[in-house]
Amino acid sequence: MNILAILEQRAGAWHRMSWETLAAAQQLGADLQQPVSAAVPGGEVGGLAAELAGKQLERVYAVEHELLKDYTPDGYAAALAQLLAVAKPRLVLFPHTYQVRDFAPKLATALGRVLVSDVVAHRVEGGEPVLVRQLFQGKMNVDVRFVGEPPYFASVQAGAYRADRVAAGSGTVEKFRPELSAAAIRTKPLELFRESQRAVDLTAAEIIVSVGRGIKEAENIPIVKELAEALGGELAASRPICDNGWLPMERQVGSSGQTVSPKLYLAVGISGAIQHLVGMKGSKTIVAINKDAEAPIFEVADYGIVGDLFQVVPALVEEIKKAKG
Amino acid sequence: MKIVVSIKQVPSRDSLLRVDAAGAWIQEGDLAYEINEPDAYALEEGLQLKEKHGGEVVVLCAGPARAAQTIREALAKGADRALHIEEENLGAFDPLSLARLMARALELEKPDLVLTGLQSDDLGYGQTGVIIAELLGLPHATIIMQVEKQNGGIRVKRELEDGWFQNVEMPLPALLTIQSGINKLRYATLMGIKKAKTKEVKRLTAAELGVTPAASIRFSRVYPPEKSKHTQMLEGSPKEAAAKLVEKLKFEARVL
Repeated sequence: MNILAILEQRAGAWHRMSWETLAAAQQLGADLQQPVSAAVPGGEVGGLAAELAGKQLERVYAVEHELLKDYTPDGYAAALAQLLAVAKPRLVLFPHTYQVRDFAPKLATALGRVLVSDVVAHRVEGGEPVLVRQLFQGKMNVDVRFVGEPPYFASVQAGAYRADRVAAGSGTVEKFRPELSAAAIRTKPLELFRESQRAVDLTAAEIIVSVGRGIKEAENIPIVKELAEALGGELAASRPICDNGWLPMERQVGSSGQTVSPKLYLAVGISGAIQHLVGMKGSKTIVAINKDAEAPIFEVADYGIVGDLFQVVPALVEEIKKAKG
Repeated sequence: MKIVVSIKQVPSRDSLLRVDAAGAWIQEGDLAYEINEPDAYALEEGLQLKEKHGGEVVVLCAGPARAAQTIREALAKGADRALHIEEENLGAFDPLSLARLMARALELEKPDLVLTGLQSDDLGYGQTGVIIAELLGLPHATIIMQVEKQNGGIRVKRELEDGWFQNVEMPLPALLTIQSGINKLRYATLMGIKKAKTKEVKRLTAAELGVTPAASIRFSRVYPPEKSKHTQMLEGSPKEAAAKLVEKLKFEARVL
């Protein structure tokens, strides 16, 4: 019985959340007093497995097959179900990536289990893990316990555990070659692509003014644009604004857009769903202006103003102009 | 093409949420409800595919009696008919047994394509669609931003992280989870609202579908999140709050 972290790579490069998940697995392992192992699936993962061998792990499974070179949910779920039959983990942890969201629920279902997705923290009570996850787009938390027999499945939210806490040590690499057949893989993945060259590099901006749903209408965008100009910053947005076409997609901050960490990030009318927070919570100073005092954005903000943005923002523009003389 | 769109009714976005006395869920009494936003995009995608290729759009919704309102709104937008799995206590079903419930209903319909939103705004598991696909033995793809019908199947555009996408081809029948922003949502027309009143809504229960609740996970406590940072709230009139903020940004954070 042990903990198994199933990590993610693409074309031989780690997904950054793999290390966060490994840190989470090691902390759970310490708290539950159970050994931790890790697995990395792919076409050829020898180099990555060797890197894992330098971490505090019992075993490192290099799950290799030519049919795992390009990700498919059928290939990954079949390969990992076979690995779990051999490794017999008590708890399986994944990074909560887009890819994991695509195959982990399938894998858990095939084994008659439920994945506790998007976990932000844990504790141990009576020798059992209690996992914390968010409800209502981050407005509530819930403590979740597993019922019934293991294996248990959980995925870890971006930024919930620190990648630099991974403990070094040594682990034994084991090659695992699953039995896969091309005929059983029903989806055909084609090339990866980006829509267009990004004209706007938000990651280079020192000041970002970001606008969300609270702006209500496209016609109101100039109100925040003026604030960005007064501050000499870039204008950005949360996903719904770009979905509506009110600002181009290239100005989107969040898990599907850009990840930024400017000196100053002003969130205007943004409630702070996790998909947005993961893209900006590394900012040095965060200001939130929102009419809802309980909006999750205030949980990461250094300064908050609860109020009507249509009154606060113009007042702020005036004060900034005054201050800048 | 026969398309079933699975939708969910959730508390509306601006709801002020309060934990109930038992700390087990939220107080539901005075909440307003609406369609889960990604499901609205899934419905719109279904309607557009039907307009392009013909066929039928059936709405599937598991929820208590109040979900009937959300179902009517979907019919008013153009869905042809609906299945309402009416259960007052869906909280007793874990994601797997809830998906079993929906899979049973889908088996009765045998659709070519099942669409649903990529996640719900209330529980946010982001996995109901994938579980249903596995239970029904269907190929699937998640977080979809474009759907094109082609010979013998479909070609979809999957959203990946950091602005990347991938096209994926698969045969039908299949299941897709749809990302918000894939299309432009339509409003119901007056004619649509009128017509919706006469459209068929078939009511089913868990007992009729032969599915019993199961709990492989248990919520032990619901509570508001603790703040991870100490936030200084700046009060006063908009002008006063703005002046305080500029002061703080200039002399405390030193970013101006």
